[in-house]
Amino acid sequence: MESTPLLETRGISKRFGSVQALFEVDLKLHAGEVVGLVGDNGAGKSTLVKSIAGNHTVDEGTVLFEGKPVTISGPKAASDLGIEVVYQDLALCDNLTVTQNMFLGREETNRFGLLSEATMQRQAAETMKSLAVTTLSSVSQNVARLSGGQRQSVAVAKAVMWNSKAVILDEPTAALGVAQTRQVLDLVKRLAERGLGVIVISHNLHDLFEIVDTFLVLRLGQSIGSYTKTETSQQEIVEAITAGQLSHVPGQDSDEIRNES
Amino acid sequence: MTSTTRSSTPEPARQTLGEGLNTWIANVRAGDIGSLPVILGLIAITIIFQVQNDRFLSAQNLTNAIVQMAPIAFISTGVVFVLLIGEIDLSVGAMSGVGGVIIARLLVPDGNEINWVLALGVAAIVAVLVGGVHGWFVTKLGVPSLIVTLATFFMGTGVVLALAGQQGLIRVQDPTVIGIANTFLSDTIGWLVAVSAVAIYAISLFVTDRANLAQGLTAGSWAAFGGKVTMAAIVAFGTVAITNADRGLPLVGLILGVTVVVWLTIAERTKFGRHIYAVGGNAEGARRAGINVDRIKISCFMIASFMAAFGGLVLASRLRSVDNSAGGGNLLLNSIAAAVIGGTSLFGGRGKITNAVQGALVIAAVESGMGLLGWPSDRKFIVTGFILLLAVSVDTVTRRARQTSGRA
Ligand SMILES: Nc1ncnc2c1ncn2[C@@H]1O[C@H](COP(=O)(O)OP(=O)(O)OP(=O)(O)O)[C@@H](O)[C@H]1O
Ligand SMILES: [Mg+2]
Repeated sequence: MESTPLLETRGISKRFGSVQALFEVDLKLHAGEVVGLVGDNGAGKSTLVKSIAGNHTVDEGTVLFEGKPVTISGPKAASDLGIEVVYQDLALCDNLTVTQNMFLGREETNRFGLLSEATMQRQAAETMKSLAVTTLSSVSQNVARLSGGQRQSVAVAKAVMWNSKAVILDEPTAALGVAQTRQVLDLVKRLAERGLGVIVISHNLHDLFEIVDTFLVLRLGQSIGSYTKTETSQQEIVEAITAGQLSHVPGQDSDEIRNES
Repeated sequence: MTSTTRSSTPEPARQTLGEGLNTWIANVRAGDIGSLPVILGLIAITIIFQVQNDRFLSAQNLTNAIVQMAPIAFISTGVVFVLLIGEIDLSVGAMSGVGGVIIARLLVPDGNEINWVLALGVAAIVAVLVGGVHGWFVTKLGVPSLIVTLATFFMGTGVVLALAGQQGLIRVQDPTVIGIANTFLSDTIGWLVAVSAVAIYAISLFVTDRANLAQGLTAGSWAAFGGKVTMAAIVAFGTVAITNADRGLPLVGLILGVTVVVWLTIAERTKFGRHIYAVGGNAEGARRAGINVDRIKISCFMIASFMAAFGGLVLASRLRSVDNSAGGGNLLLNSIAAAVIGGTSLFGGRGKITNAVQGALVIAAVESGMGLLGWPSDRKFIVTGFILLLAVSVDTVTRRARQTSGRA
């Protein structure tokens, strides 16, 4: 039997009105492992992430962290546990500097309650350096001036700065060029080397094959299965994404069935 | 700190003058122009009026300008806070009237008058409650702040009319309240104020630089340090020298200075202030960082109403009375214009508390200059309108510069 997963979901289900966005989804993420979460548009990937991070309340199922069931009520609760999510839109504050963004909500203050700007800047610079983010000339520049890849790096660095144990990245390379995608992929590998568990959502199987250990395929809100990278092929994953066997026929209790044909 | 951080990073050092200039030029190019336009504008306005009437820079005129701009500056300081979170408060004029009329009413020496401290306290509490109501409607109900505060603008105007009584005018006789805008400090105290202000500024700059160096970061050049302190000294000693040639430094000028420094420190050096900027920059990002966005917004509305009432107090003190038009006229427009002319963005997230004073100075300078030249009000309004349009255009254009300079 393998070790206890860092993060696990058991039978997560979530409906939006008549749409069954998730149906009994199981996911396992171990420390030091990269899981690729794949599926077509609307398969439920983002919804699964938001359910884990406490942005959605789930209808059914449990989330376990380090083997213990947890209820995560929001972003704060998630990061208190050590789970950080980097959403597709990043949500950085353009009017703040790299350092100010990285410390947002967790600023350090001196005994007078004033911000310890210099201390935070050094720590931000050290984090960037430890993640080998070298494309950033200064952590005191405004985020507004950064390129897409640099912004992604800031968002990831922000997520891993806090002794986080699990990091979830929603389409981290979707808007990036070749060189910048490279930077982010390398960054993901480095996170896993550090012992973090990483979930990466992406539509780019080629990129994913380079960084993940296992794939979890979702289709119409259901888990098609988990595939170990070394024992699968791009073709098998593509088939699972587009035509994987569903255990539960969607629309049995709603009028969704028309979408199936 | 530890020798390991030192050895792993390049030798911590102060920037050279050239490096400092390069950073600054790069910032300006990218649209981070800060207070540059308003300072250039002030210099231009000063030259224009001084050439036409050499009484413009006279001791008496400048001393008057400080007292005259003070109410606008106080109110505008609060306006900056709501603009920073990307909202607006149209009720600040009316709120200043309400604050003034409450204080005046409670201090009428009819046997029921209360201590001035209590009267100010009551006005402050009412103001903070009104701000809380604004914040509640905006955050919990999602009503646009423009409409919520337009509604309370009407209500406040009505309250002023009601409380001003039958004569429509309440005389202020409390010596402390009158003293706020009508006291001038002695020459010696004026100089002491200037010396302390420059010393505090220099020390705070020095401490910041030293903290940077201690963390292995680069600090600003000595030339920048010297330049900033010299500029501060010129402004501080210049102001005191000029006002001492007249009646002396107005007490209200000192109160304004201290108030602005307090709010500036809160906005730029505390968590709360950082969160205000974050909410204005990207509310969703702030929320995900665990910041209570609603709480921040409500607090900013409270600060705006509070500072509006503060401005009302100063106005009541200066006029020694409060009448049924208190808080009306162009007070609201001037207070919002001051923040925007000073460089605070209407789009949220960008601006400084000091913008309020800079903008109020521009407005006071234009009014006093035109007054000296004997221009009628019609032209004052038109010129102020042009300046406002110019300031908003600068904001919009530099915002575009910032957007295009990103995502290279
Ligand atoms: N807040 C919501 N309200 C209603 N329906 C929603 C909501 N969020 C998601 N859905 C629905 O749930 C389903 C799953 O959406 P989700 O965003 O999780 O897909 P996804 O796998 O992330 O897709 P993509 O690859 O396009 O990002 C979709 O049918 C979507 O329309
Ligand atoms: Mg998605």
